[in-house]
Amino acid sequence: MIPRAGRMAGRSKPWARTGLYLTLAVFAFLYIYPFLLELGTAFKTEVDAVNNPVNPLPHNWVVSAFTELGQQDFPRWFMNSVVVAVFVTLGRLLFDSMAGYALARLRFRGRGALFAAVIAVMAVPSVVLLIPKFLVIRTLGIYDTYPGLIIPLLADATGVFIMKQFFESIPPSIEEAAKIDGAGTFRIFWSVVLPMARPALMALTIVSFQGSWNDFSDILIAHENPSLDTLTTGVGRLVSGQLGTATQYPLKLAAAMAMTVPVAVVFFVFQKHILRTDGGALKE
Amino acid sequence: MATRQRALLPVRRRAPGAPGARRGRGHAHRVRRREAAAGWLFTAPAVVALIVFLVLPIITAAWVSISDWNGIGSPFSSGVHSVGAANYAALLAKPGLAQQDLGLSIRDNLYYVLLVVPLQTALALLLAIVVSRKALRGRGFFRTAFYFPSVTSSVAVSMIFLFLFADAGVINAALGYLGVHGPNWFSDPNGLLHMIASGLGIRSPAALTGHGLLGVSWWDWLAGPSVAMVTLIILAIWTTAGTFMLLFLPALYNISEQIEEAAIMDGAGPWTRFRRITLPLIRPALFLVLTLGLIGTWQVFDQVFLITQGNPAETTLTPAYLAYLVSFGNQQWGQGAAIAFILFGIIVVFTVLQRLVLRGRGSLNDVRGWRA
Repeated sequence: MIPRAGRMAGRSKPWARTGLYLTLAVFAFLYIYPFLLELGTAFKTEVDAVNNPVNPLPHNWVVSAFTELGQQDFPRWFMNSVVVAVFVTLGRLLFDSMAGYALARLRFRGRGALFAAVIAVMAVPSVVLLIPKFLVIRTLGIYDTYPGLIIPLLADATGVFIMKQFFESIPPSIEEAAKIDGAGTFRIFWSVVLPMARPALMALTIVSFQGSWNDFSDILIAHENPSLDTLTTGVGRLVSGQLGTATQYPLKLAAAMAMTVPVAVVFFVFQKHILRTDGGALKE
Repeated sequence: MATRQRALLPVRRRAPGAPGARRGRGHAHRVRRREAAAGWLFTAPAVVALIVFLVLPIITAAWVSISDWNGIGSPFSSGVHSVGAANYAALLAKPGLAQQDLGLSIRDNLYYVLLVVPLQTALALLLAIVVSRKALRGRGFFRTAFYFPSVTSSVAVSMIFLFLFADAGVINAALGYLGVHGPNWFSDPNGLLHMIASGLGIRSPAALTGHGLLGVSWWDWLAGPSVAMVTLIILAIWTTAGTFMLLFLPALYNISEQIEEAAIMDGAGPWTRFRRITLPLIRPALFLVLTLGLIGTWQVFDQVFLITQGNPAETTLTPAYLAYLVSFGNQQWGQGAAIAFILFGIIVVFTVLQRLVLRGRGSLNDVRGWRA
């Protein structure tokens, strides 16, 4: 990137600066305040939440919402979410990088057509596929099983595309050296190419983990057995079902918070890979 | 800008047959054959997954949408018969409940698209411009704050909005401080345009109530988004603006310092610079954001399922949710699949229309070479 030392600095008029920071302050408030309310209300009593909705600070700090979540199936949903997100992420990392590598580097007949097909598939809206996916999952006999939750999410054209773009951006000279030394294709891929692909794999990790952890509709149509509920469908059912009419805001927001924490941790750990601090590029 | 992007990601092609060339011909041949086999082997898992869970579903759904399959057994078993275009006819041509539901869902979603797409794009651009200021302190903090809703699950965000917009919730309490009595957000089916019309003294004119499209009278088509739908619209703008801000940022960073400085020297004010320099230079990003926004907003499902279930008075129904209700709820799989295909058609038509409109106003070159 071209260095731009002191751009705008010292040159902008004071009122423009004030305006800028005022705009920022307003939007920062609009974006942060709801999360503060979520955090605070989760530790409130039922009465406190209804009577003082605006104040994020609880009158008395209580953890009753969390103990009730513990008595619900919450821990089970949490485990299911972990299982789904971990397997989907690992599977995508392997399959997407293999396919991306082949499409970028290996010469074989049908490569161009295959890549065109990947792009075409990316364009199909996912919600349109909800019903048909359910039909296929049932036909394959994996409805209401863990594989039924995980395997459909491994179909990820976007990830293949990301990895192909990445492999095209790194020089092939190192792999070629390994090839001349007589290493096989898989060996080269595993011990030469993958280590070089770390930045792209990081980006793919966060996108995949977040996508599968937060997935609601695909999980919804892949099972009906409550013991297979993930956090999204479990909490979703809880709210649209038995809690639909009851307020129970501390419980709802405690659930919302507890399901946000793991993805927030992954986000903050890996965030420099999506929110580049200087270039500001989305590596998707 | 396109060239800059290319320069950052050089696409290198290797010289044909480079590694094997120095050894014998037969060896090169063997290497190539092995490479071809590896190529298919490497792509196989991803390709099989894509075929089974993307291509196969489309074929199955196409068949189900013209069949009388009732959800029992395989849709390809011998007891299932083709009903031709009957499912589509029931939705598009035959007056009845099914047609009216589809009409309402399209109306509701249309208002959602018309409001969310421009507003989220404008907000995303505003946030991106503000956050891209080099002199800004705490840029990382603000960027994270604006992007955070994008990594939060739709379920968690829906919980927060249920609380914010509850009858005695935060929004109504805040409105109360201003002396305004807030509505019952999630149960108010009144359309915004109808409310304005009734303020002007217009109530259900016979000319508009007598006729209609898809079982919905013209008057009802013109209802505008209901108060309940407005909450979903605000939710969508709030959640996705951060995502799209991220797509604008690289484009903004790529605007060269010199152009900006030259414009300042020439005495161009901030608004002129925005219209004459920034906007034309970020056209490709704008194009991408509008396209993604359009495709995304026609597919609202999670929030409807979680917050309103299409209520009140079917003013937050969307085709995606209707397809789910009809097939999983009523077990009318043929009709549900048909709705999914109609939705697909709508998305294609809108994307093409948007392409034509935007392309007509600028050169094709802008669009090339830019992909997220």
